Amino acid sequence: MAVCGIDVGSRTIKVVVMDQDTKRIREFRKVETTYTPVDQCLKVLNGLAAERTVATGYGRKLLQNHVKSDSITEILAHALGAGHVFPESRSVLDIGGQDTKAISLDSLGRVAKFEMNDRCAAGTGKFLEFMATSFQIPVERFGDFALEGKPGLSINSMCTVFAESEATSLMAQGHRPRDIALALHQSVVKRSLSMLKRVSVDGPLVFSGGVAMNLCVRQLVEKEMKSPILVAAEPDMVGALGAALYAAQLEDR
Amino acid sequence: MGTQYEQMWKDLGLDLTAHDALLQVLGKGYQDIFLSQSDRPQGMDYFNFVMSEVHGLRVKELLDGKKEGHKVIGSFCVFVPEEIVRAADATMVGLCAGAEFATEEVEKVLPRNTCALIKSAFGFKLGKVCPYIESSDMIVGENTCDGKKKSYEVLDTMVPNLYVMDLPQTKSNEGRALLRAEYERYKKAVEELTGVTIDAARLRNGIEIVNNKRKAVHRLAELRKADPVPISGLDALLINQVFFYDDPIRFTDSVNKICDELEVRVSEGKGVNSKASPRILLSGCPMAVPNWKLPWVIEQSGAVIVGEESCVGERGTRNQTDGSGTTVDELMEAIVDRYFKIDCAVFTPNPDRLEHVKQMSSDYRADGVIHYGLQFCQPYQIESLPVEKALEGAGIATLRVDTDYSMEDVEQIKTRVEAFVERIRMSTCSACRCS
Repeated sequence: MAVCGIDVGSRTIKVVVMDQDTKRIREFRKVETTYTPVDQCLKVLNGLAAERTVATGYGRKLLQNHVKSDSITEILAHALGAGHVFPESRSVLDIGGQDTKAISLDSLGRVAKFEMNDRCAAGTGKFLEFMATSFQIPVERFGDFALEGKPGLSINSMCTVFAESEATSLMAQGHRPRDIALALHQSVVKRSLSMLKRVSVDGPLVFSGGVAMNLCVRQLVEKEMKSPILVAAEPDMVGALGAALYAAQLEDR
Repeated sequence: MGTQYEQMWKDLGLDLTAHDALLQVLGKGYQDIFLSQSDRPQGMDYFNFVMSEVHGLRVKELLDGKKEGHKVIGSFCVFVPEEIVRAADATMVGLCAGAEFATEEVEKVLPRNTCALIKSAFGFKLGKVCPYIESSDMIVGENTCDGKKKSYEVLDTMVPNLYVMDLPQTKSNEGRALLRAEYERYKKAVEELTGVTIDAARLRNGIEIVNNKRKAVHRLAELRKADPVPISGLDALLINQVFFYDDPIRFTDSVNKICDELEVRVSEGKGVNSKASPRILLSGCPMAVPNWKLPWVIEQSGAVIVGEESCVGERGTRNQTDGSGTTVDELMEAIVDRYFKIDCAVFTPNPDRLEHVKQMSSDYRADGVIHYGLQFCQPYQIESLPVEKALEGAGIATLRVDTDYSMEDVEQIKTRVEAFVERIRMSTCSACRCS
């Protein structure tokens, strides 16, 4: 029997289909969220046979009017997903399109404490995307670009608009774009780490969400944590995976 | 609310168009948040009526009372003793401070980063939509937080009848002496306003009326300890909000009536939620009408609120005033004794509050505490971190939510509250490592 997890994020919609018994992943899919998320959900789910669907992400409730589904928050989904891929994990940092979440897990993998950014998308994937655009670099390459930068500069403002003016000022002072890009990445990491500290991280950290694909952020987190971090092969699928696992749990009951 | 009050509102100087718009939003919010709940106690009908007439019949009553010589005193804080007001045959009302209004006008006179409660009070005044402030013969401001005390300097230029009460900041002998002196000064001001000399008999009567009102809400609070809980947190909060507006004797009767009904529910094991619903204690800043956003989100997420550690709630109503004294002096001392115990975050240090949160969490069998901080409310926001740390350290799940009166962050708050509810639910599940 197959179960399905769907993570309706602000930038992309991710789907994981797995065997309920073996928890083996049968298939995963990904589409852009666009401005018609429901249509995109229906499109990405088209042709999938699953006994049960669990949705997560900011659009988790959106699906309920169209597809029979339950929903869980991104926090639980990432905790479940991270714990499945890395059973030794005790904390999760998820940086998505518009949210950052820091989660600490107890020895059974349950959410012990979490922090999440509030209404402002500072320090999230959106922030990096916005900055990449102002550097005229595709967001996928922004991390590599920053890795070539030299440390030394710092961006102090976490507000996307203010940070952009800070970056512009640095450019006007003749600093290299790569160095400024590195400083922007550092500011994202600094903010995420202060969230992690508030949930008192203890033990191996899983880095998930789309921003975990950014090598520069990854290396900086590792450096700041002073220990290796765990990143899944498809870090942006961890939420959908957690939702699928929850669907399997519901079927098990 | 019907048009029969239009002349009354006009006479009070309200902006009828803006006021109509406000009432429409309020009515719709009430419909969506309160009337849509299932299994509400019958006794809530009275409070529905009070809310539907909150700017109508109640204001008319106040104005009729004024014609008979009963002055109206408006207040923004639970430190203003109602006993003294009642002793002078005057009526005390809480002033509107629970919704965003005329924000653009407000931001001409106050900085943007002022807390929503203060901004709201100014918005209601500047937008000319609060019949209570316009009916008040005296408006009492109080030096609690910096935001309030500095903004009263600005309010003083807008109203003719502001009285500012100073308040202590420490629970010391000097602090108590200040409160005592300020309550004496306030008593004199009330006597001057009303022309009534407050003697011991009058003061005892005032104490009795207010004690009875508090006793009724204590009874309500006690019933919320039952599992399942017989009344929703929203309805209980509403009763605590109406506490500040309604005629105290009628309010007391109505609360006691609903408590009779809730007692039957408890004895039958009936509740508004299933036993499995996580029980939440709400702690932090006051929630004035119609600030229902966070409690609404919490109860929409499948949890039920069992208590409020708040000025609109137990912090405001805890402890009674000893009415056994025979002289004005003794009774005034008793009033000071009662109010000096209020553990508002403007006091430094303020260890009693943490103890009360812990105590309430255990008394009301809460599964978790949600700390509500109003953005830019320094006293409560600063306390929220040590409170959270201490509660988590004591094994009490805690979520801090800082927000204001706008609706733009509702979705983010929902996610956090739902995740908190999941955390509580999962904490009883031992097989979450799904591998």
